[in-house]
Amino acid sequence: MTTAPHRHDLGMPGSPIDAAIAASVVTQGEKQTALKAKDMKTDQEVRWCPGCGDYVILNAVQSFLPSLGIAREDMVIVSGIGCSSRFPYYMNTYGMHSIHGRAPAIATGLAASRPDLSVWVVTGDGDALSIGGNHLIHTLRRNVNLTILLFNNRIYGLTKGQYSPTSEVGKVTKSTPMGSLDHPFNPVSLAIGADATFVGRAMDSDRKGLTDVLRQAAEHQGTSLVEIYQNCNIFNDGAFDLLKDPTTGPMWSIPLVHGEPLVFGPDGASCVVRDEFGGLRIAETNQVDASEIVVHDAHRQDPSYAFALSRLSSQDLRYTPMGVFRSVQKPTYDAMMAEQLHVAATQQPADLDALLAGSDTWTVKA
Amino acid sequence: MTATDRSPVATSSAPGGFVKSVVELDRVVIRLAGDSGDGMQLTGNRFTSETASFGNDLSTLPNFPAEIRAPTGTLPGVSSFQLHFADHDIMTPGDAPDVLVAMNPAALKANLVDLPGGGLLIVDADQFTPRNLAKVGYATNPLEDGSLESWQTVSVPLTSMTLDALADSGLGKKESERSKNMFTLGLLSWMYHRPTEGTIRFLERTFRRKPEIAAANIAAFRAGYNYGETTEAFAVSYEIKPAPMAPGRYRNISGNQALSLGLVAAGQRSGLPIFLGAYPITPASDILHELSKHKAFGVRTFQAEDEIAGVAAAIGASFGGALGITTTSGPGISLKSEAIGLAVMTELPLVVIDVQRGGPSTGLPTKTEQSDLLQAMFGRNGEAPLPVIAPRSPGDCFDAAIEACRIALTYRTPVILLSDGYLANGAEPWPVPAIDALPDLTRAVRFATEPNGEDGEFLPYLRDPETLARPWAIPGTAGMQHRIGGLEKADKTGNISYDAANHDFMVRTRQAKIDGIAASLPPTEVDDPEGPDGEKARVAVIGWGSTYGPIGAACRRIRASGRSVAQIHLRHLNPMPADLGDILRRYDRVVCPEMNLGQLAMLLRAKYLVDVESHTQVRGLPFRASELAAVLQETIDRAAARGNGELQ
Repeated sequence: MTTAPHRHDLGMPGSPIDAAIAASVVTQGEKQTALKAKDMKTDQEVRWCPGCGDYVILNAVQSFLPSLGIAREDMVIVSGIGCSSRFPYYMNTYGMHSIHGRAPAIATGLAASRPDLSVWVVTGDGDALSIGGNHLIHTLRRNVNLTILLFNNRIYGLTKGQYSPTSEVGKVTKSTPMGSLDHPFNPVSLAIGADATFVGRAMDSDRKGLTDVLRQAAEHQGTSLVEIYQNCNIFNDGAFDLLKDPTTGPMWSIPLVHGEPLVFGPDGASCVVRDEFGGLRIAETNQVDASEIVVHDAHRQDPSYAFALSRLSSQDLRYTPMGVFRSVQKPTYDAMMAEQLHVAATQQPADLDALLAGSDTWTVKA
Repeated sequence: MTATDRSPVATSSAPGGFVKSVVELDRVVIRLAGDSGDGMQLTGNRFTSETASFGNDLSTLPNFPAEIRAPTGTLPGVSSFQLHFADHDIMTPGDAPDVLVAMNPAALKANLVDLPGGGLLIVDADQFTPRNLAKVGYATNPLEDGSLESWQTVSVPLTSMTLDALADSGLGKKESERSKNMFTLGLLSWMYHRPTEGTIRFLERTFRRKPEIAAANIAAFRAGYNYGETTEAFAVSYEIKPAPMAPGRYRNISGNQALSLGLVAAGQRSGLPIFLGAYPITPASDILHELSKHKAFGVRTFQAEDEIAGVAAAIGASFGGALGITTTSGPGISLKSEAIGLAVMTELPLVVIDVQRGGPSTGLPTKTEQSDLLQAMFGRNGEAPLPVIAPRSPGDCFDAAIEACRIALTYRTPVILLSDGYLANGAEPWPVPAIDALPDLTRAVRFATEPNGEDGEFLPYLRDPETLARPWAIPGTAGMQHRIGGLEKADKTGNISYDAANHDFMVRTRQAKIDGIAASLPPTEVDDPEGPDGEKARVAVIGWGSTYGPIGAACRRIRASGRSVAQIHLRHLNPMPADLGDILRRYDRVVCPEMNLGQLAMLLRAKYLVDVESHTQVRGLPFRASELAAVLQETIDRAAARGNGELQ
């Protein structure tokens, strides 16, 4: 994997942007794409709580990113506010630690005007689904070329332990001493409902599974959303133990592999079959005909199947599909925007004097 | 108020043998009023274009309800368009109309109060039906009960004559009736000797896919013109000679158009792609519409999901090296506050255009006001200074837009440009500038491409010693990777810092950077001609934004009355020009008219300890020059009386 990111026409030939990039590459030599994990680190001390799941994710991302063959300077990580949003400070790329909930909007402006960059958003369940919920769904429906990593720890960590939009009903927190009344979002369902072209889910501690989903997300053209279950060992410790535990994990996790039958559990005892009204349900493998077992197809254009998959899990995490739910091709917003600029410039080349004069002028003679 | 010259300069014989005279006027104010479905804005704009191409100086005031179509024939549904045109340089759309065209009883009722006695009133007689009269509470028909005797009332069956003219058009009654605005425009075009080719071309162009509609409108337009020529109802037509203007190429332009073109020009003159993030809002949306047409200039327009996303996307684009712009109005500027604070902290170029409208909250969406000044100055958490500038006239929006971009790019800061509803929709003749004469902004854009630290590292907050701007290194530039954000920055490195001394230093440095912009500003222009006796003005009037026209017109009146007054109009509200305090202190009294409750006056008093007298009005409409002149005259005479008393 040494492909450089696409060099699109930025719509302004001879712009100082191209000049700056060219000048810097001359200074440094060619674009450096043969990188190692240590090249991705910064000199900043990582300041998450010891034992936080964010460390595991950071390490996985730092190890995996170099394999994409993208130069560090061509990557930008934009985050919002929350524990996870400190992420950019620890990555030796360009980055912006922005304001609460707005990272997808900021990243949209950047990606739409610079299609040559690899733009990432790092966000959390509060940042993306509560204060930033609007930006998230609109970014997904536009299909801007972004990769969104949503660290879901089902709690507000940075503000010290209030319930979040993914916390389960009845959760007792500082702000809900008698239990939360809110019904949680399922981020994967929400993303598929917004017609996201790529939606995946991974576990912080599962390096291999996480890397696999991240790679597919990064290579996807369009908006990718990856929900990463992330343990907050201070305010919501053990939130995902049901899925992490070597005994219960295999019972309640459904690995998603494109083209493979959805069979899971010890000895493949459980499987996914079609239910009425277009839904899916869990069955015992030995109780159904093999032809009834759903073969995972992440490329179905119609999002109904991926949505049905996302609805298998309950808020207590039983029957949680892990992997890539949906990966379909659609033109990206930034590419279409660049195309419109290109078409406009071809049809009627820019002429500032003609523009300022408009269609009706008159001349006053001396 | 009224024309100075009413002598007939010519007579002509109408086709019927009826002799018509032509009277020369130096200026006239026409107000067209009708239902919001009657097409008054379109009619006004066409009359404006005809007038502009004829060469008169002009100024317009569109005034329309926020509802797209309030119930037909009601007072809330009345829409009007006022046009002032003259054979000389004028500054306002006119305090009061000389001519009122009322397309229905509601339009009459809503506007008659503004028509001075003796003014010309043209009404569509067909619309004065018992039902329409009842809708607006007329117990008797004003056309018949003698209540309009103080005006020269001409009652014309505009609707039925339009229908007659289109009898053979093949269109139904309802569709034909829609052309009555073009009939009216034709009549006015005859009355004021306007050129007609432009309107015919416009109609052909607008309805090129509906040729029958184009033909009907043109037929109605011509019928109105011919009616004027033949009817005995109008014995006089008027001639207003072209105004002397500096030689050059001119066009008619509205504030929102001029602003948009200024932004495109700034992009071209800086070499940067423009990125506009915007959410539709009245009266700023036209800028989004206009810029979205200019993709060939590397202009990207992004209609965001909300106001916050609009500004956030612009910040993202600026981080990537584009010239990020966001446009808004009213409550939209409140929604953007937090993100503007981020741009202050990250020190990225950003141009925020606020087309002010009546507030608070949703307020008066289609009416003008200047009440966002203090919000622009201070409406963010923390010490978050940023430059604020304002255009003074529709055409000036072009130059103000370029100036906003110059400051944003040079100093790496968000800039707020305060336009308003009157500037946005008002129009005036505009000398088309030569491209080479526009500011060269390429020097303001020097992307950092090499490390600036002693150890070969890149320090994103190591400032330019002159401007205090930080380096702008854009993604894609090798070796310059860095992270910025909303947390307090350590000096030079830009790393997160909670250090007390560093925070104090950074707060003061951000303020010093903005204050330092004053050094790049030209000296304040003071319009202070000596009086007839060589007397200097003791009173100065200071304003900002769209009050320039009414204040200027008021100053002319004051000077015409033999008194002296100085006029100062601020382009830069933050920082203010370095010489302003000394200038203000030269005068005995300083008057500050504003369409708010005294926001600039508060700033001036606080900053310069000058006893500024605030004169305010928040009616959703521009000041009337006559009212301002009265205020100034009273102040000048008081100052003079006091001055004389002290001398005795």
